[in-house]
Amino acid sequence: MPFLPFPLFTDVLLWLLMGAIALYVWYCSRKPHLGAPWARVFQSRTAAICAVVFGCYVAIGFADSLHFRVRLQQAAGSEGTPYSPAVLSVLDLALTHLRERRERTYSAPLATRLYAKEQFEIDGKPVRDFPRLRYGGARLQDEAERPRDIAARIGLGLFVAAFAAVLIGLAVKRLRRRRPQIPWSAGGATLLGVLAAALPVLFLSFEYHVFGTDKVGQDVLYQALKSIRISLIIGTLTTLVLLPLGMALGVMAGYFKGWIDDAIQYLYTTLNSIPGVLLIAAAVLMMQVVIDRHAEWFSTAEQRADLRLLVLCAILGLTSWTGLARLLRGEALKLSQLEYIQAAHAFGVADTRILTRHILPNVAHIVIIAMVMDFSGLVLAEAVLSYVGVGVDPATTSFGTMINAARLEMGREPIVWWSLAAAFVFMFVLVLAANLFADAVRDGFDPRVRMGFVPA
Amino acid sequence: MLAYIVRRVLYAIPILVGVNLITFVLFFVVNTPDDMARMQLGAKRVTSEAIEKWKAERGYDKPLLFNAAAPRGAKLTQTVFYEKSVRLFAFDFGAAEDNRDIANEIRMRMWPSLALAVPVLIVGLAVNITFALFMAFFRATYLDFWGVVLCVALMSISALFYIIGGQYVASKLWHLVPISGYAGGFDAAKFLVLPVLIGVLAGIGSGGRWYRTLFLEEMSRDYVRTARAKGLAESVVLFRHVLKNAMIPILTGVVVVIPLLFMGSLLSESFFGIPGLGSYTIDAIQAQDFAVVRSMVFIGSVLYILGLLLTDLSYTLVDPRIRLQ
Amino acid sequence: MRLRITLILLAFLAFLLSACGEVWNDPYPAQERGKNILYSSFAERPKHLDPVQSYTEDEANFTQQVYEPPLQYQYLKRPYELVALTAVEVPKAQVVEGGKFTIYEVRIKPGIRYQPHPAFVPENQSLSGQAIDRLRSPYDLALGTRELLADDYIYQIKRLAHPRLHSPIFGLMAGYIVGMNEYAQELRAADRREGWLDLRQFPLKGVERVDAHTFRVTLNGSYPQFVYWLAMPFFAPVPWEAEKFFSQPGMERKNFTLDWWPVGTGAYMLTENNPNARMVLERNPNFHGEQYPREGEAGDRKQGLLADAGKPIPFIDKVVFSREKESIPYWNKFLQGYYDMSGINSDVFDQAVRVPIEGDAAVSPEMQEKGIQLSTSVGTSTGYLAFNWDDPVVGGSSERARKLRYAISVAFDVEEQISIFSNGRGIAAQGPIAPGIFGYTEGREGINPVVYDWVDGKPQRKPIEVARRLLAEAGYPDGRDARTGRPLVLYLDTVARGPGDKAVFDWTRAQFDKLSIQLEIRATDWNRFQEKIRKGTTQIFRLGWNADYPDPENFLFLLHGPQAKVRSQGENAANYVNPEYDALFEKMKNMENSPERKRIIDRMVDIARHDAPWIWGVHPKDYSLRHAWLANNKPNNMARNNIKYLKIDVAKREALRRQWNRPVLWPLALTIAILLLSAVPAVISYRRRERMAARPAS
Repeated sequence: MPFLPFPLFTDVLLWLLMGAIALYVWYCSRKPHLGAPWARVFQSRTAAICAVVFGCYVAIGFADSLHFRVRLQQAAGSEGTPYSPAVLSVLDLALTHLRERRERTYSAPLATRLYAKEQFEIDGKPVRDFPRLRYGGARLQDEAERPRDIAARIGLGLFVAAFAAVLIGLAVKRLRRRRPQIPWSAGGATLLGVLAAALPVLFLSFEYHVFGTDKVGQDVLYQALKSIRISLIIGTLTTLVLLPLGMALGVMAGYFKGWIDDAIQYLYTTLNSIPGVLLIAAAVLMMQVVIDRHAEWFSTAEQRADLRLLVLCAILGLTSWTGLARLLRGEALKLSQLEYIQAAHAFGVADTRILTRHILPNVAHIVIIAMVMDFSGLVLAEAVLSYVGVGVDPATTSFGTMINAARLEMGREPIVWWSLAAAFVFMFVLVLAANLFADAVRDGFDPRVRMGFVPA
Repeated sequence: MLAYIVRRVLYAIPILVGVNLITFVLFFVVNTPDDMARMQLGAKRVTSEAIEKWKAERGYDKPLLFNAAAPRGAKLTQTVFYEKSVRLFAFDFGAAEDNRDIANEIRMRMWPSLALAVPVLIVGLAVNITFALFMAFFRATYLDFWGVVLCVALMSISALFYIIGGQYVASKLWHLVPISGYAGGFDAAKFLVLPVLIGVLAGIGSGGRWYRTLFLEEMSRDYVRTARAKGLAESVVLFRHVLKNAMIPILTGVVVVIPLLFMGSLLSESFFGIPGLGSYTIDAIQAQDFAVVRSMVFIGSVLYILGLLLTDLSYTLVDPRIRLQ
Repeated sequence: MRLRITLILLAFLAFLLSACGEVWNDPYPAQERGKNILYSSFAERPKHLDPVQSYTEDEANFTQQVYEPPLQYQYLKRPYELVALTAVEVPKAQVVEGGKFTIYEVRIKPGIRYQPHPAFVPENQSLSGQAIDRLRSPYDLALGTRELLADDYIYQIKRLAHPRLHSPIFGLMAGYIVGMNEYAQELRAADRREGWLDLRQFPLKGVERVDAHTFRVTLNGSYPQFVYWLAMPFFAPVPWEAEKFFSQPGMERKNFTLDWWPVGTGAYMLTENNPNARMVLERNPNFHGEQYPREGEAGDRKQGLLADAGKPIPFIDKVVFSREKESIPYWNKFLQGYYDMSGINSDVFDQAVRVPIEGDAAVSPEMQEKGIQLSTSVGTSTGYLAFNWDDPVVGGSSERARKLRYAISVAFDVEEQISIFSNGRGIAAQGPIAPGIFGYTEGREGINPVVYDWVDGKPQRKPIEVARRLLAEAGYPDGRDARTGRPLVLYLDTVARGPGDKAVFDWTRAQFDKLSIQLEIRATDWNRFQEKIRKGTTQIFRLGWNADYPDPENFLFLLHGPQAKVRSQGENAANYVNPEYDALFEKMKNMENSPERKRIIDRMVDIARHDAPWIWGVHPKDYSLRHAWLANNKPNNMARNNIKYLKIDVAKREALRRQWNRPVLWPLALTIAILLLSAVPAVISYRRRERMAARPAS
């Protein structure tokens, strides 16, 4: 094989999660009572729009979650096939042109010259000027052609998008006939909008740095795209830890009452009363020490960074299950008083059976809403944690590390704004879509569920 | 009622012991007393004798949790954990590892923290409620729709952007307020305007939306229908009846956080150079100052428990039907 | 409702307008305006201000203004030169008993008086607990003074061995000062762990009082570098009254300790101490007086640094240090004129989390317009990448490992690093010794032949092809082990400091990538990093050294085999060993500067270059940016007692600050207008609704 699949922990979990969701969708489609709330969700135009936008992010994130190592040429007289120690993803492969074109230092979006003056020689005479970029606009003979070239590339992108518009239109027409209650046209229009933005960027990116370059000359667009995966992982895998804990403990406390309830309440009051950032900071620093002391566990730096990310998710999950547990405890308390459950008790049905058959299905909607609502909060939390210095590995590209680095650039004269702008745009759209989608989900399932809000 | 309060206070003790234990374990898994000594003694020319001396002086030379060498009955008490925790319960925090008195420090840093947090809470509450009432009043119109969208958009921006952007625009470009710093007394106003505004703005999204749902819920009740049927103007219904009744969940929600205001805000304080308690703890974690971390976590949990108690009490005050037992 | 809000807003604006005058963003109180005050900042709260313990440069910014050791560095001259401060002259070493001991006799000037301080008033030595409790600052009490005596210097040297204080140089000094170790034991036995330990009762053998203004220090063997220590606060005078005063019960609870409230004879005294926000130094009214230096380095006259030659210093009445944790607000305040100068914190190698300010190497046109000036001078520090000598791949003296180190040294483009990360403020190192130190060779002879060629009158890094060839010779063609075919993976340990890291990491990886070597960066916190170095579990790591004193010994000992970190907890973190180098080091160590010494140093540097245990990195330049109103500023890496030389043109500062900080008001007006306008659709909608007839239930 020319490459060796090299799944990271988070890759595996992410794909498993994807599988689980697919399974759930299939299950829902067979059970009309489960499918109904989702049908209600997708009747909303906002939900359709957000789902498309979110879907684009997910596609990028998953393309970035297929990791592999390239095979190297067999050396004469050696055994075994050597693989490159660099771990790449499918997204990296697709964006090779962005990844490998490193400039020397800062350059503005779509620039052809560096952002800092340098001493260099023209015809043997030392000049102090802005040097041309190694890659950005390098193919242009004359820099005056730049506006025309850019316009041409944007035009080409829009042309392809227009072509796609026809296809989308046809697909929407057909889908609408099959399921008229779903706002296909809104979704289609959004997809078209995304394409109309993405395609010109794509065509521009072959020749320019669309969002400029950072301090060491790396393409900012590439970094923003790489950050998406981290956000998705933090937003989803954290709930994977949080859900079982919150569900099990919350429902148990509410159902069994007595000393179990006391113990669980004690546990979450104690955890809750430690200021959140401190708990997370301490836990993250702790696992960092463990990772540092066991450098031999990891064959590549990616694995180490990946484990750190995974543990970060676990810690975030461990520290934030309390809200859900409290919510579910109240719900289970209420449910266990209901007549049909009392009746089940009277018939001598085992507790485990009552829990799985009666209680859990009745709190499922809360769990789903919690999962969707938590996502955006977690994505935002990552940025703040990185600021405190307990976020992802400092070598990993994430929105948090991007904002953090960009923070320092705001002091430069003239100001370097594009890293911050890129992080802002990509993060804002993701969180906005997630938030609006979460609203739609809540409205579809149970508009009366109150998810925790703390004033100020 | 008094019995209830006493019981809650007693109940707080095991929680505080638990919190203390967690802090202790988390801290010392990361840092050994040797690390702490090195951190305090500096980087250059540190000898192992100096480290031993430092540890012995501060009582970090004992075993952490269990002293097998000690006589029976003292196996648990002659440990770092016991000796460092017991005094906390008498609110005697002792000195930080750099020899500054912690209680003194807290008293000094408390005021800047409050000066920032209290206005953010009060102004934020006023703005959020106004905005939520506005949306509730115009519910199901385009004003409401765009209001909600605005809320969600405001919510979707990381707090870091608000601070970085606000500082850049207001202080650097327009020279309206000092970029950072703090001063006591009335001089504090000019330093606090921007952080308070940013704090309020960052809170409008989630706050406004939350209060809007509260108001809408309240408006679907029967007494509102009766009031409308009486022919009261919509504005009267909203301000006289709905607002009054919705204040109950709003206020009880706010009571929880009041004690925690002392803890300050981490981000604003460090960006705006306000010498409050929020940055104190993070500084202490970074400087591996266990004495401070322990004290701040302890105070944090006490305040949290106090908040819970206050909430319960406030329920009985606003709603006489609830009895605490 | 809306109207009311608008009114409140307007009232508030009016208040702001009246309160702030024409400048709104002045972070300092209005009553300070127009005063002869220097504004500076600090990033980390100082841990110790006691001269026995304080060792970091941040702390030196305070301690060196207050405490006066016998000697100081001449402010302007480079290379650094020791001159007398409170001493009459720089003491000469007297060798006795055929080199067994060396004696330094220090004579101090008579008539020097301490700053006003409560400790010098006898009544203040027995305060009641309540009286102490009421105090807000020690300076609220009655103040007194007394003359500086030789006893105060002796007292401080004894304090180095104090059982309750932790002096970082105790270990070092105990090796030299006669009787120091026994003295420490004696004190430990006599100490009651509480209250004041009167060190006057216990004589120290190696330090004796000759007369009221003379004392003598006896050292074991010879230690020519000792005079440099006499210019550091470790050897500043401490009056016993101060120690006694602060040891009264109840003082410590109020944070009144010698560690926080220094008492000295210097030009300034610390009168406000709030390490979270603000520290204030005020002119010491009892200062003995000093004159601005009359001589300087070539070029100093042209820069106006000698305009005040011979005038009495200090020029400035008061210094306000504000705490700035974030570098961006700090930098912006400097640009707005609220800090008088801005410099890199040279503790960058230390654990400080501070990130260097993003400025430009040359002053940008915008800054030129403001009259901001840049002064640089090469510092006495070095930042390097070390190869762990004990590592099987990159360490050791084998040909294979050496070639590998050569290849990496050539590929690691230090010049690019300087231009990207230090904005050009640094010099690529050719060896361990920093420029300006005896033993550093300029020009063609001084280049490191492993990495550089001499082209067109300047050193030029060898092309990357040379590095690739060296790598192939080392047995790793194309970054792959020729024997196993496996790609070469190396590990770099470094300290994660903060947000700027990612860029540094990416850049560093790119350097190794040029050779197709995969570099894995293991970033960790300072403690863990130190632990790894102590245990020797590193491969390549990044470190730096700030010289204690301007002597080559202070650099060359970083490679001295017997001081290896793993084996003897020394400062040789790379664990480098070379017998010839070590032998030469012993010989060179105690020599006075001479051509002979230079010859030995050259040989040592050659050996080190040949073995390449470090990638000789950067000698960072000290730099400072200053506003047009600040005069007499010259960066000085050895000493921090520079404030007494500075001078401010207050009127010019006022005028420029006003000009730069005019508030821009239209955005405020616009915001209010938008708020008002947004009410329009609401009103329309409200009207419509009020007029609406009943509607079907929703």
